[in-house]
Amino acid sequence: MNAGQQILPPGRIVRYSYRERATHWVAALSYIYLLLTGLAFWSPWLFWLAALLGGGPVSRILHPWIGLLFTAAVIYLAVMWARQMRTTEADKAWWRSLRFYITNQDGKMPAVGRYNAGQKLLFWGFFYCGLLLLITGVILWFTEQVPWDLRVLRYAAVLLHPAAAMLTIGLFMIHIYMSVFAERGAFGSIIRGDVSERFAKRYHPGWYEEVVRPSAVQK
Amino acid sequence: MSQATLRIQKISGHAGPVPGEGTQREYTVCKLIDTTTCIGCKACEVACLEWNDLPFGETVFDNTIQTMPETRWNYWNLIKFDEHEREDGTFMWLMRKDQCLHCAEPGCLAACPADGAIVQYANGIVDFQQDKCIGCGYCLTGCPFNIPKFNAETKRVFKCTLCVDRVTENLEPACIKACPTGCLHFGSKDDMKELAEGRAKQLREHFNFPKAGVYDPPGVGGTGVIYVLHDATQPELYGGLPKNPKVPLSVRLWKHPLKWLGNIAMIGGLLGLFAHYLRYGPKERTEEEATPGKGEQP
Repeated sequence: MNAGQQILPPGRIVRYSYRERATHWVAALSYIYLLLTGLAFWSPWLFWLAALLGGGPVSRILHPWIGLLFTAAVIYLAVMWARQMRTTEADKAWWRSLRFYITNQDGKMPAVGRYNAGQKLLFWGFFYCGLLLLITGVILWFTEQVPWDLRVLRYAAVLLHPAAAMLTIGLFMIHIYMSVFAERGAFGSIIRGDVSERFAKRYHPGWYEEVVRPSAVQK
Repeated sequence: MSQATLRIQKISGHAGPVPGEGTQREYTVCKLIDTTTCIGCKACEVACLEWNDLPFGETVFDNTIQTMPETRWNYWNLIKFDEHEREDGTFMWLMRKDQCLHCAEPGCLAACPADGAIVQYANGIVDFQQDKCIGCGYCLTGCPFNIPKFNAETKRVFKCTLCVDRVTENLEPACIKACPTGCLHFGSKDDMKELAEGRAKQLREHFNFPKAGVYDPPGVGGTGVIYVLHDATQPELYGGLPKNPKVPLSVRLWKHPLKWLGNIAMIGGLLGLFAHYLRYGPKERTEEEATPGKGEQP
């Protein structure tokens, strides 16, 4: 951790570096745009969203480009986080105790590291759905270029693209709920980068131990 | 026919009721193409270009009289030529005027997400409204006949309009007017169906085409353009006319079960999260929060 580079008030710990936060927000803002324009194409009841964002044709033109930006950001996050997002033995215990997590009995949860198993699922869900959305999205982007004999690609794409998007919407809703509403301090951490010691100990005790270990502090 | 036939009975990407659904008493229109009397003169192609004022494009020479492999955004009417060897070893031309078939249940319209970009009028004509089109190309995927074509410059999709501008003025489509052999007919669906069946019967009984029949595929609810074929059991021979065309399964799955499952899941998810918050609230509450005027935790 590069805590030494910043002056933080006492009791605060750096959780996300600038690079992590910036990449997260590139992914987040591009995702929100993709979500709104995608929902406009998804249902006539939401087509007004496209009008709000510059009109149907503009949304059609920009959606694929923003999609590229989103996938690039997600891939870069994967490069930074792949190691930390690896599934561990502790994750299985976490899933077994899921009901305590849901009912806010965090004291009964096994100690987790920098990311808990739910966060890992969220990340890999976004990663693999992102790849599927990229592949199917390219087919939909250049629909008219797909030869008639390969039209099965188009048939697959029109079904898989929204299906993958639905999965990400589920993950997205839980992500927003957890970070903005359920875990106080989480939203601030992805903006300003730091959390309280209290937050670290409560939600990520394994990570907290790691960060305050003398060897880590010296870095 | 009156202008009321332009009332809209089906509309793409539209929330709420369809403007003109169930308001007509006029008959639906139909074009009959008798492939058995087509001589491949391409007069219909020229008439289509002329009436619809479409810019010329380059043709492709591949040692046949097929000037291009399929219709284009600026070429809505193309005769497909196939050299066919009959069972007795004799040769015959199969010539079929290819164009939009104006399905009663159009796949293009089902797939289109843009409000009003594709409409079906009360007279059955399926028409693209380019000013409302967003250029997504989903209609290309929805159509089982490979008819809608994308204009890369304007990012809009075009196809045969069945000369809707002529039809509402009591004129027949331009191609019909140009046909020198009388293989093209235009009228009500009922009349054309009767004429086609009569011709097919004649072909079966008097012209040694025992498999002659009418192509009016039920998989898309029947079409506003029907064919008489020498061999109705093998429509594929005629430039790849699909035997049992349907709106693609994936388009139907996407627009029906996936859409409803997705909507229920999204709304259910939002309600579920809200209920969870009401029941359990945030994971932790701080002292600062409990003291008025102190603001939130940093």
